[in-house]
Amino acid sequence: MADDTQKIFNFILSEEQVLLQDMARQFFRDKVGTANLRKLRDSEDADGIDRDIWQEAVGLGFAGILIPEEYGGTGFGLTGMGLVMQEAGRVLAATPLLSSSIISSLLLLQAGSENQKQDILPKIADGSQLVALALEESGHHNPRLVALSCVETDGGLTLNGQKTFVLDGHIADKFIVVARSSGQSGETDGLTLCLVDATADGLTLTRTKMVDSRNAAELQFENVQVEQDAIIGQIGAGHDPLEAALDKARIALSAEVLGGIEEVFDRTLDYLKERKQFGVPIGSFQALRHRAAHMFGEIEVCRSIVAYSLSQADKQSNHLPRLASLAKARLAETATLVTNEGLQMHGGIGMTDDVDIGLFMKRARVQSQIFGDTQFHRNRYAQISGY
Amino acid sequence: MSNLEAFRHETRAWLEENCPASMRTPMPDDEQVWGGRNAHFHSEDAKLWFDRMVEKRWVAPTWPAEYGGGGLSNEEATILAQELKRINARPALNSFGIWMLGPALLEFASEEQKQKFIPPITRGEIRWCQGYSEPGSGSDLAGLQTRAEDKGDHYLVNGQKVWTSYADQADWIFCLVRTDTSVKHEGISFLLIDMASEGIEARPIKLISGKSPFCETFLTDVKVPKENLVGELNKGWTIAKRLLEHERAMVSGMNMGTGEASMGGMEQLAKDVFGELNGMIGDAVMREKVARHKMDEEAFALTLRRSAEMAKAGKGQGAAASMFKYYGTEMNKRRFELLLELMGTRSLAIEGEGYEDHELEMSSQWLRSKGNSIEGGTSEVQLNVIAKRVLDLPEGGQS
Repeated sequence: MADDTQKIFNFILSEEQVLLQDMARQFFRDKVGTANLRKLRDSEDADGIDRDIWQEAVGLGFAGILIPEEYGGTGFGLTGMGLVMQEAGRVLAATPLLSSSIISSLLLLQAGSENQKQDILPKIADGSQLVALALEESGHHNPRLVALSCVETDGGLTLNGQKTFVLDGHIADKFIVVARSSGQSGETDGLTLCLVDATADGLTLTRTKMVDSRNAAELQFENVQVEQDAIIGQIGAGHDPLEAALDKARIALSAEVLGGIEEVFDRTLDYLKERKQFGVPIGSFQALRHRAAHMFGEIEVCRSIVAYSLSQADKQSNHLPRLASLAKARLAETATLVTNEGLQMHGGIGMTDDVDIGLFMKRARVQSQIFGDTQFHRNRYAQISGY
Repeated sequence: MSNLEAFRHETRAWLEENCPASMRTPMPDDEQVWGGRNAHFHSEDAKLWFDRMVEKRWVAPTWPAEYGGGGLSNEEATILAQELKRINARPALNSFGIWMLGPALLEFASEEQKQKFIPPITRGEIRWCQGYSEPGSGSDLAGLQTRAEDKGDHYLVNGQKVWTSYADQADWIFCLVRTDTSVKHEGISFLLIDMASEGIEARPIKLISGKSPFCETFLTDVKVPKENLVGELNKGWTIAKRLLEHERAMVSGMNMGTGEASMGGMEQLAKDVFGELNGMIGDAVMREKVARHKMDEEAFALTLRRSAEMAKAGKGQGAAASMFKYYGTEMNKRRFELLLELMGTRSLAIEGEGYEDHELEMSSQWLRSKGNSIEGGTSEVQLNVIAKRVLDLPEGGQS
C-alpha cells in the first residue's frame, strides 16, 4: 500500500488513505452514531455488539485491514486501521475491531503457523469468527505477570488458572491464551501462546458489563486441553511476539482515543458557542477560552504522535515500542483532560445521561487501562530510552 | 543519486571541511555571534565559521540570491539544517534581521528598500533590534504611543520603547510608530531607524537573571528620512502581525538556553545525581518526572515536524504559530524547573570554587526562561489568539 508519497511523508495521508478515512467517517457517523451504543446498553443486548452493524463494517473490509490479501484481508496497514479506529472512536462504536480484528490478527501474523494463519485469518476478516486475547490476570496490564499454568502433556498442553478483562470475551469463538510454561510470574521467558475454543471442556466464562457499556469476560481454566497444532509459535517464547503485536495494537487504540478526544472537543466548542449565560455565549469568557485553547495545543501534539506512530508502524520502524508507549501514555493523559474539561464546560447538562459527554468519559477511562495505563507506559518509555 | 541526495552529500562534505571543531560544541550564551558594525567574536574559530558561512550565503539560506540569500529550496534548506544539527554546529550568526525583519522586508518592502537593507543582513554587517513594546503597551501592543510626525521631507519621532533586545548593541531598529492618533490599529506605521541618529538613547535593563539583554530605548526628536517607511502609511499593523508570527516561530523553535546540553542530557544528569539502579535513574520519583518531560519534548518535536511537512506539501501550517509559542515556552519553563530540581544546591551557586561553569550558569538560565512566556506575546495573548482565530470562539464576554 505504501505508494511513493508514503515513503517520503510521515504525517500526510496518501490518496488511498484519505478515501478510506472518508468511507469510515461516513459509515460510523451515518450508520452507527452514539445512538447505537445507547441502544445496545438500554436494550441490555445479549451480545453487547450490533451484529448487523458489524457485518456491514466487515463488508467494508474493516475487519481485515491488517490481514494480507493472501489470507482474505485487504492489507491496508496500520495507518488504514488507525484511520478507521479514529472514526469508530468518534461515535463510540461498540465493535470487536480492537479485541479481535486488531490484536488477534497481529498476534497470528507475528507468531502463527502457516496452517493457523490460513485457517483463522480469513475468518477474522470475513467476520465469521471472533478471536479474543486472554492475557490479563490482575487489575493492571502487564504482559509478564502471567501465572496461568500450561503443562506439556502428550503432545499438547493442559491449562489451569484464570484470566480477567478479556475484551469481548463473552462473544468470542476462540481465545488466544497467554500461559506460563516455565519460570515465575514477572519473567519474560516461559510465556506460551495457544488457541482455545470458547466451548473447550474445563473453560468457564462469565460476562462483565463495564462502565463504558462495553463488555469483557472472566475466564476460568480447569485442566483445559490444548492440541499441539493450537500452540502459537514456540513454547516458552511468546513474550516477544506478544509485545510486538501489543505495540501495534496500542497505537491503533491510541487512534481510537484520538477520535474520542476530537469529538468531545468539537462538541464542547459547539456548546461554548451556543450556550448563553449573563446574556452572552459562555465561550466569550476568557476563563473558558484559555482552557479551550490550552486543550487545542494538547490535542495537536496528540495528532502528531498518532500520525507519526501509525506511519512508522507501516515503515517497520525499530522505534515502535517507544512510540507505542509515548502514544498510549500521552493520549490517555489528554483524554482525561479533555473529557473532564468537556464535562465541566457543559455544566449541569454534562452530568446527565441525555448528553454523550459522560459516555465519552467512561470510554476514555476504560481505554486508558487497555494494554497498559499511563504509569505503565511512562515507566516503559523510560526503560526503552535507557533510563 | 537524486539532486537532493547530491546536495546532502556536498553539504556534508563542505561542513566537514569548513566547520571548525570548536564550533561543534554547545554554545554558552556569551559566545553567541551577532555580527553588526561592532561585531564581537569570542574566538578565531567563531570568526572563521562566521566568515565562511556568510561567504557561502548560508546564514539566510532560502532568501533570493539577488538580495544576497542562499537561494536554496525549502527541501535543500531542510537538508542543510539537518546536516548542521548532525554535527551540532553552532549558529554562525544570530540575527533578528534574519529571523524577523528580513522575511517581512521580502514581503512588504519596496524594491529599493530590499536592495538597500537585505544584503547587509545576509552578510551580518548590520545588527537589528526590534522597537515594539512600550511602557504603556505590552500585551495591548496596538495601544503604542511613540509618535512619528510628518515634517515634509522627514518624520520626527518621539517616544519610548522598552524590552528592546540588545538595543545598546544594535545598529538599526525596526520600529512601530503612531502616525494617526484618531484610530488605533489603523494609525500604526512601520519605520526603519538608524540607531546612530541623534536623539536615540538605549539604557540596559537589569533582569532577575543578573543579565541585561533588553533595553529601554528613548527617542527624542529623532529625524527619520521618509524613504525608511516600509509599506503604506498607517498600514504598519499588518506588517507587525506578520513579523510577530516569525518571532513566535523563532521563540518556540529555538533551543532556549543550553541547559543540560553539556551534562549529557537530562537523563544522564539525573543518573549522575541520583545514581543508577539496573540502568534506571536511581530515584523513582525523579525518573518519572524526567520521563514525563521527555515525552512532552518528543511530542512537541513531532508536532514541529508535522507542521513543516504539511507546509512543504502545501497543506497549510497545521497548528498555529501561537500554539507553538505557547507550548514551547511553557515547556521550556518546566524544563528549567526540573533541571534545578535535579541539580539541587549545585544549581544555586553563581560564583565560587569547586563548581563547573555550567553549574554557575544554570540559575541564570532558569531565571531567563521565565521571560519566554512573556516576550513575543505572553502565553495569555497566545491563548487569546488561538481561541479567536483557530477555535473561532465568540468575543464580548468578561475577561
